[in-house]
Amino acid sequence: MAAVLGTHVERKRSWVERFQNSPNALGWAFMLPATVLLVLFLTYPLGLGTWLGFTDAKIGRGGEWIGFENFGFLIGDDVTRLALFNTLFYTTVASIVKFVLGLWLAILLNKKLPFQSFFRAVVLLPWIVPTALSAIAFWWIFDSQFSIISWVLMKMGLINSYIDFLGNPWNARISTIIANVWRGIPFVAISLLAGLQTISPSYYEASAIDGATPWQQFRHITLPLLTPIIAVVMTFSVLFTFTDFQLIYVLTRGGPLNSTHLMATLAFQRAISGGALGEGAAIATLMVPFLLAAIMFSYFGLQRRAWQQGGDK
Amino acid sequence: MSDFNNRRKILKSSAGAAAAASLGVGGMLFSPFAQAQNMTFKPEKGAKLRVLRWSRFVQGDIDAYMANVKKFTELTGVEVRVDNEGWEDVRPKAAVAANTGAGPDIILSTNDDANLYPDKLLDVTDLAEYLGKKYGGWYPAVEAYLRPDGKKWLGLGLGASGSYIVYRQSQVKAAGFDTFPKDTAGFLKLCQALKEKGTPPGMALGNATGDGLWCNWLIWAFGGQLVDKNNKVVIDSPETQKALEYGKELYATFIPGTLSWLDPNNNKAFLDGQISVTNNGISVYYAAKNATDPKVKELAADIQHASFPVGPIGTPTESHLFFNQMIFKYTKYPQAAKEFLRFMMEKEQFEGWLGGAGGYIAQPLRAYESAPVWTADPKNTVYRDGVKNMRPAGYAGKLGYASAGAGADFIVVNMVAEAVSGSKTPKEAMERAQKRAERYYKV
Repeated sequence: MAAVLGTHVERKRSWVERFQNSPNALGWAFMLPATVLLVLFLTYPLGLGTWLGFTDAKIGRGGEWIGFENFGFLIGDDVTRLALFNTLFYTTVASIVKFVLGLWLAILLNKKLPFQSFFRAVVLLPWIVPTALSAIAFWWIFDSQFSIISWVLMKMGLINSYIDFLGNPWNARISTIIANVWRGIPFVAISLLAGLQTISPSYYEASAIDGATPWQQFRHITLPLLTPIIAVVMTFSVLFTFTDFQLIYVLTRGGPLNSTHLMATLAFQRAISGGALGEGAAIATLMVPFLLAAIMFSYFGLQRRAWQQGGDK
Repeated sequence: MSDFNNRRKILKSSAGAAAAASLGVGGMLFSPFAQAQNMTFKPEKGAKLRVLRWSRFVQGDIDAYMANVKKFTELTGVEVRVDNEGWEDVRPKAAVAANTGAGPDIILSTNDDANLYPDKLLDVTDLAEYLGKKYGGWYPAVEAYLRPDGKKWLGLGLGASGSYIVYRQSQVKAAGFDTFPKDTAGFLKLCQALKEKGTPPGMALGNATGDGLWCNWLIWAFGGQLVDKNNKVVIDSPETQKALEYGKELYATFIPGTLSWLDPNNNKAFLDGQISVTNNGISVYYAAKNATDPKVKELAADIQHASFPVGPIGTPTESHLFFNQMIFKYTKYPQAAKEFLRFMMEKEQFEGWLGGAGGYIAQPLRAYESAPVWTADPKNTVYRDGVKNMRPAGYAGKLGYASAGAGADFIVVNMVAEAVSGSKTPKEAMERAQKRAERYYKV
């Protein structure tokens, strides 16, 4: 009996020991919690969302598989096409402006300024304020009757009537982009600032001795060394902008005349308010190829090049 | 099961006798209260209820509602938890509750929600019939929403938040009108005169869920409708065209910026004195009356209310936000839930609640037309007939996913905004709306 027990304990010990000494098994074990979380909260909802896009599910009622019918309709639906245009326009313009202004701000903040830490903290404020709150502030700023901008311009005698910021389709598009840029700049600026601080000052000193102008330093030192950070930051920035919801929902709800509807707001309107869960999911699924394209672009176009990793090309 | 209390029949006859004594025979015959039979439901042992309702628009509403809830708990021992959500958030939550079979026992929701999942709701026919009989009957719009097959009641009506004309008396008078016009032709003339006087009107044309309802009135007033009785989309019609052409003239008189207006914009503009006429619930007046700013409080005296003008079709075509009360089949305490709704709808509680809401909610049952709130302040009276004169959101078709989807997608509001602002011709706007609506009504 004791011998049998001893063998059993030995067998058990050897199994535990083998597990502890196996990098493969341990690796899988450590990955398991993260995998479960990812599958449960990311893969499953994404898969379910995609599947719903191929059904006629309504809120409160399961759907049946209808193939590409939702997508077929959405391609022919001019509101969806307008929302796609709005989303691409919004993302492109806002991302470019955020990048240019963010980089400029990062370079400024990287210089030795009085109250440097204070300014760096202040820059982060728009990012810290909850989006819904800043959206309400912009709602007042762009109000057709109470806009502070219109009021100031009127007082200065520059305009005769209040500007219809959110009532005219193009004004509304530009106004929402401005609000998005205001909110998004800190993320770009602070991330790029972190990147700038990793560049060794010796490069700048050496180039200065060689007689490089500030523009040449920026073009041939700052920009190439910052490219990997730019790739990451802009990928995230594009993703955040493309999937923006709160700003539009508070400011315009997609109006006027659907001119500020983004794919995300339209998906919500159709799926949740309208109850057409399948159609809303299809709109959300339609966003995926564009998001993938944005990621691919930054991955292949902006990622760290071989020479930056010490290669010779 | 309902428990008709025979004892009450005796009380009924004595109540009838008392009514006859106090009102005279005619009063007894026509007073709905006098013909009542009381009904009670015996709550299950240990029953607890969860109620989800839309957040109050005016403070008095929730105060009075919670006072009634407290009274119910004291009387029955049934604990009731009341959760509040923004009214637009109740719809998805209710749908999820219906789908998953778990959630609040009772949900107070809006418009055609009960028609989205009728088989998930507890049959309340006995209770609805009892209340209808006791309180002079339900208005036709309530039956359209909650008794779609003419037999089974899916829920109870709670009322409607009336969207009526709110105007500045002094400015309308200054524009040459002693009373508010009752027809669309007169209304247009008034708006033109108001614009000339520099006191323009303004109504929301953005994606405003509540205040955008005036667009339904506009289309219906001229005989247009999104769908016919058979759910066939008929918005692209000569009647709609006439409505849009009228709307174009009306829009020309509006203050600039209404295309961007969401629900709060017209309240702000009106209270700031920038517009003379708009459409709204009674909340503008309520806010002015209860304001701490003396300037805004002063405005209350000048505020008046009016029904929407009647169009060429000759009958009121009002569109309001309807509120229902649904009990879900999954509830463990159906008797307690029914008893709760019965209790809340009885005169002793309901009139107090109507009063607390200050006229914001119009009753679903005819007998409450005599509730004190409608005469306590003459400015409340217009809001009394909200449910009486309203058409359901999906008029003239059947209610369900299609009507809910088309409403939530702002098809009519967008069509009106496109046509009146000139971004599309009325014909183009109608064709676009027709195509969008056909998707929901699956042509």
